[in-house]
Amino acid sequence: MSRVLDLTRQSAAGLRLLLALTLLLGVLYPAVVLGVGQLVPGRANGSMIEVDGRPAGSALLGQAFDGPGWFQPRPSAAGDGYDPQASGASNLGPNNPDLVASIAERRAAVAASDGVDPAAVPADALTASGSGLDPDISPAYAEIQVARVARERGLPVATVEQLVAEHTRGRDLGFIGEPSVDVVTLNAALAGA
Amino acid sequence: MGGLSDPAAGFLTIAALVAALVLVHAPLGDLMARVYTSSRHLGAERLLYRVAGVDPDAEQRWPVYARAVLGFSLVSVLLLYALQRLQGLLPLSLGFPGVAPPTAWNTAVSFVTNTNWQSYSGESTMGHLVQAAGLAVQNFVSAAVGMAVFVALVRGFTRSRTDRIGSFWVDLVRTCVRILLPLALVAAVVMLLGGVVQNLAGPTAVTTVAGGTQTITGGPIASQEAIKELGTNGGGFFNANSAHPFEGPTAWVSLFQVFLLLVIPFSLPRTFGRLVGDRRHGLAVVGVMGLLWLGSVALAVWAEVAGSGAAPQAAGAAMEGKEVRFGEVLSGLFGASTTATSTGAVNSFHDSFTAAGGGVTILNMMLGEVSPGGTGSGVYGLLVLAVIAVFLAGLMVGRTPELLGKKISRPEVTLVALYVLATPTLLLVGAALTAGVPSLREASLQDSGAHGLSEVLYAYASAANNNGSAFAGFGAATDYQNTALGLAMVFGRFVPMLLVIALAGRLASQAPVPVTAGTLPTHTPLFAGLLTVVVLVVAGLTYFPALALAPIAEALS
Repeated sequence: MSRVLDLTRQSAAGLRLLLALTLLLGVLYPAVVLGVGQLVPGRANGSMIEVDGRPAGSALLGQAFDGPGWFQPRPSAAGDGYDPQASGASNLGPNNPDLVASIAERRAAVAASDGVDPAAVPADALTASGSGLDPDISPAYAEIQVARVARERGLPVATVEQLVAEHTRGRDLGFIGEPSVDVVTLNAALAGA
Repeated sequence: MGGLSDPAAGFLTIAALVAALVLVHAPLGDLMARVYTSSRHLGAERLLYRVAGVDPDAEQRWPVYARAVLGFSLVSVLLLYALQRLQGLLPLSLGFPGVAPPTAWNTAVSFVTNTNWQSYSGESTMGHLVQAAGLAVQNFVSAAVGMAVFVALVRGFTRSRTDRIGSFWVDLVRTCVRILLPLALVAAVVMLLGGVVQNLAGPTAVTTVAGGTQTITGGPIASQEAIKELGTNGGGFFNANSAHPFEGPTAWVSLFQVFLLLVIPFSLPRTFGRLVGDRRHGLAVVGVMGLLWLGSVALAVWAEVAGSGAAPQAAGAAMEGKEVRFGEVLSGLFGASTTATSTGAVNSFHDSFTAAGGGVTILNMMLGEVSPGGTGSGVYGLLVLAVIAVFLAGLMVGRTPELLGKKISRPEVTLVALYVLATPTLLLVGAALTAGVPSLREASLQDSGAHGLSEVLYAYASAANNNGSAFAGFGAATDYQNTALGLAMVFGRFVPMLLVIALAGRLASQAPVPVTAGTLPTHTPLFAGLLTVVVLVVAGLTYFPALALAPIAEALS
């Protein structure tokens, strides 16, 4: 058989097989996972949260918080900030002069708004995350914001500290990843407090 | 809450991963060996063969096997291209129009070649149907094609005086039905429990906690995420890939994803040992892979934790492009593993890695994706390098080299030499064109100087080696780059693959040579050491000048 004819024959068999596999792997398989997911509907649907009985986004996706009464999230490179339709990072290189300049500006701004020594501002407050949707900040960044948030909201510092502790997650299983504070659920708790 | 110190936690993370891989590789490797040697066809498989109109018991000569691989891949590109172009007319398109031709071509080729380079942003381009029935299906079958070609090569070693190297259709179908699908189901369910999303939600506007608005899109993410890692594919549902909280919600889920993308490549050497009837051969192969992988992990994690460079120094840590929940250790571990396996998924953005950490990710790809490499392609790549290693050893002692009872003479060495030259040619010529032509350079480079050159090198290393990750500051969405990177992916995938199938045919037709006192044993630590040196020397001789001008210059400046 000529090579071209055989290639055509193999391609035809390949196309029929591909269509059948598309049904199995591209329709049936995700449908089964979808069904299993409904056994844990909250998680499979994105861990959505409510504030005062209304839907208020996902506990997993960071949000923008304007105003000194909120715990501030990290800088975000997703769209104009925390836009889930444009997830992503700044992708600026480790020696990029614009990035170095932004870091210096952010350090000065955070130090001023939170009334702390510029050297006390942790790295996560100065850098954009990979997703642009990081819901978390480090416990160190939460700590330097407590006094400001308590003052702005007229709450006792101890109450705000207690809320931060409730929304702090240690390393998974004690050793995987880093301790973090979910700013979205923390601020949602503040809104309800 | 006290807890472990940073170094202790990082060490435990890597140790737990290694322990899990050691534990799983034996049963999984043995299971895969049984899948490829079984004489039984399952009912579902018989149905698939009937639909395709192929006889599962008819084995193929190597040219027919090669045409089956090419024919299947060709219709895969055409179908995926058509699905994207016609998206606007299909259900679950979320209102997205058909994908523009250059992007649709690049994406079709990218997923069929197991590269999963993404010149598009998932959340603003692809509807749920194209993701699940187009992209995710290729995640399965492109991985299966790699594993099929690996099995064909092993048959070349185990068979004698035959012109048959197996049936591509059987290898493909069994890999999908008996290996990838069950593993993906388990992995998807585990990830669901960890918070990875699986629904069909389209863009939904919500009022945020502070009263702003946000538009959130869900999708069949867990099912795609599972096979994206297992098949060493790497194409993210969202632009931010596994850094996106819907894909990688927690640290343990991200570590589980690293395990998934390593587990098949690290288990296939065991399968190889089983199939050739001597597990020590599998141990030698996995030893080389493991050593190179662990070395790159140690370097990348060290570089990211140390955090050198102007920006990390200014911020106090290399956290640009990294998630708080993952931190430097899990990000470095993921980055080294995804580039060592031709996966290309990311849980942090490599463009912002320190110069040394980013350099490790480029070097991993330049090793030719053999440490442990992609599903199937990693182990066949390393076996090709083993042919070079016995050839070199043969030259030293003046004997005709042999590998697993097969003579390595001129035709075999020619095939292997072409294999070793193919990818570097694509990489260096492609990168030189973009770096050398001012209009192309200006259209795509974000950073200037050494880091800019790293961006170009990364792009072509990633495409030619079918990795798919990026220094994402590189502007890949131009018509030129979509086309040129697409060509690099096609040739980088199929030229080496065809050479391996031809090699399988040559080896299978040979009569076996008896083992004598003069035969170089290829299952010893000595041979594993020689093979490691060959991997490093081949890559070093090819790429050192380019690396010296880019990440090395940047790290030293």
